[in-house]
Amino acid sequence: MKTFRLFEIVLLLALLSLASHAGAQANLEINTPGIAAIQASMQKRHAELAPLYASGAVGLTRDGNVQLRDPSAVPLPQRAAVNGLVAAENQDRAALYREIARANNRPEWEGDIRNTFAQRWIDRAQPGWYYQTAAGAWARK
Amino acid sequence: MRLEKNRLALPGVLLAAAIAAGCVTINIYFPAAAAEKAADRIIDEVWQLKGGAPAPAPKPEAK
Repeated sequence: MKTFRLFEIVLLLALLSLASHAGAQANLEINTPGIAAIQASMQKRHAELAPLYASGAVGLTRDGNVQLRDPSAVPLPQRAAVNGLVAAENQDRAALYREIARANNRPEWEGDIRNTFAQRWIDRAQPGWYYQTAAGAWARK
Repeated sequence: MRLEKNRLALPGVLLAAAIAAGCVTINIYFPAAAAEKAADRIIDEVWQLKGGAPAPAPKPEAK
């Protein structure tokens, strides 16, 4: 009799924990003021980055950043500005990955979040844009 | 009588502890599908893809 009850309680606990796991994994929290601010900053910068992606001057790296892959595609007088743009974008991206991990109370997920983004930036890049393959070579979409 | 009660209590506590430990382990797993969804929502915003050309579907993956 007592054994049965214990078994039932254990079963109930197991079911409850399963249900809570399913709920916790449905979505990642991305609606925080910090994430929204980074997102807005990146959206604004994209107007300047888009032509650089299209010309192939800047490419998407395999680690979720952007990189000036072909400096010769940028006229010398503008090169410093483009370098600044790339650095600012990578700073925002690092902050974005960190903030998402933190918003979900899992700072240790930052690397996984970066890898997920790296894959999705590349998957969703426009035709003609350059990206880095897993082996590190540059390829064109 | 008393002995029998104790004998049942110990496995019960052990089982509950095992489940609690399993709980923690499962929760630590990175939710790859949820992360992909979150990434897509942010990429939509940053690249202004909403309403434009449909995005390629994420590659199928094991869950």
